Amino acid sequence: MIDRRSLAVGMLAAPILARADTVTLPFGNGERPLVRYPGKRPLIRLTTRPPQLETPFAVFDEGPITPADAFFVRYHLAGAPPLVDPETFRLQVGGHVATELSLSLDDLKRLPAVEFVAVNQCSGNSRGLSTPRVGGGQAGNGLMGNARWTGVPLKAVLARAGVKAGAVQVEFAGLDKPVVAGPPPFAKALDIDHAQDGEVMLAWAMNSRPLPVLNGYPLRLVVPGWYGTYWVKHLSEITVLDQPLDNFWMSTAYRVPDNDCHCVAPGAAPAKTLPISRLDVRSFITNLSAGAKAPASRPLLVRGIAFDGGSGIAKVEISSDGGAAWTEASLGPDLGRYAFRMWTTRLRLPPGAYGLKVRATTRSGETQPSESRWNPAGYMRNVIETVWVESI
Amino acid sequence: MRAGIAALTTSFATALAVGAPAAPVRYEAPPETARLAPGEGSDLAQAHCLVCHSADYVITQPRGLPNPTAFWTAEVAKMRKAYGAQLTDEESAKIVAYLVAAYGK
Repeated sequence: MIDRRSLAVGMLAAPILARADTVTLPFGNGERPLVRYPGKRPLIRLTTRPPQLETPFAVFDEGPITPADAFFVRYHLAGAPPLVDPETFRLQVGGHVATELSLSLDDLKRLPAVEFVAVNQCSGNSRGLSTPRVGGGQAGNGLMGNARWTGVPLKAVLARAGVKAGAVQVEFAGLDKPVVAGPPPFAKALDIDHAQDGEVMLAWAMNSRPLPVLNGYPLRLVVPGWYGTYWVKHLSEITVLDQPLDNFWMSTAYRVPDNDCHCVAPGAAPAKTLPISRLDVRSFITNLSAGAKAPASRPLLVRGIAFDGGSGIAKVEISSDGGAAWTEASLGPDLGRYAFRMWTTRLRLPPGAYGLKVRATTRSGETQPSESRWNPAGYMRNVIETVWVESI
Repeated sequence: MRAGIAALTTSFATALAVGAPAAPVRYEAPPETARLAPGEGSDLAQAHCLVCHSADYVITQPRGLPNPTAFWTAEVAKMRKAYGAQLTDEESAKIVAYLVAAYGK
């Protein structure tokens, strides 16, 4: 239950919003306020300082591109977002390079730009649905979004600096820093080959507009196909390393069991872990929510999204009988192998209650499990989701 | 493998460049409204936990776990070890007791 006294305080500050706009995520203690932040439409506030804002799920039914004003927000350290001056902003590139660089936004924008559509999904998206429950940010399915990113390939910037022989990783840090001594400054690293694959991007635009402040203005790392933890916001420091980065965010946090399913028996501790990396395949129904009622007299339109870590979606199937029989849905336009793929189908359902299941299969043959996999941090949920509806 | 990545026209890139603001971008977030529940030890939790994060980090955690003492002991230990919370063992024990009483059920 939400603290009633705090709700009262909230009502003094914002009488209408706080009173009327709450949502209840589908797990225990899931009541959250809907709050409008500057530049954002009302989003599900998971936490305030630092801000974690979840996209209301209905947004994903609006189309394959998640609007910037609805895109989720996730920070690690208080003090976010940082104050940014685009005039004095410089991206520092250093470490194991021939020439250190200090690049302004204009410098970056003078380089040949690229763009692509890619999903950014938080490692802990859907953590609140983990069974048994685990600690951490208690989110529903809305810590994901699909945007068109514009920027320059990291490879091009590294080439200007000249990566020296012996480089093994590239470290990324942003302007948001801890406000007190103690918390570990946020920094992540990618292996040198990944960093130079030509796809990892320094993005200065999202959906053809400057990045929203809460999504990393003025520059963020875009790592297509990989979990959001690597998509460092307010990116200001790139350091080429000749040793792997050993910090809290790589060596302790954001790690998953080192096995094929990245899972262990519920409650068990993994024997060995590795850094989280590529998105696993997921799919969702977006136009029907739990408890929806639909007339049995005509076919029921069912539509949604599917995505994976970069193989691309080959097939989406729907089941209305608990997973015994599956019907293939029609896929929507292909916006690229890192993007949401929309799908649609129509089902004829005699009167009754149905648990509609959706399952995606990637071009590489990966599909979703019928039972939830569990790990201690509640990462990488990709079980076949079920929406209960009633045909009347 | 490069399908979907397209070079941009200069005009589009320039249009975005021109649209960039020329002054520091100040961001006024909505007020912090969540408060810790009253109870013995809430002052200690207030003083230590809320330095780095808002109360909703605590309030939104799962309730009714089989072993809330183990859960909150692990959380407080993580805050000390990983996030640098300056707590004595005695203070930690008091904060755990408060969290279990206030948010364990």
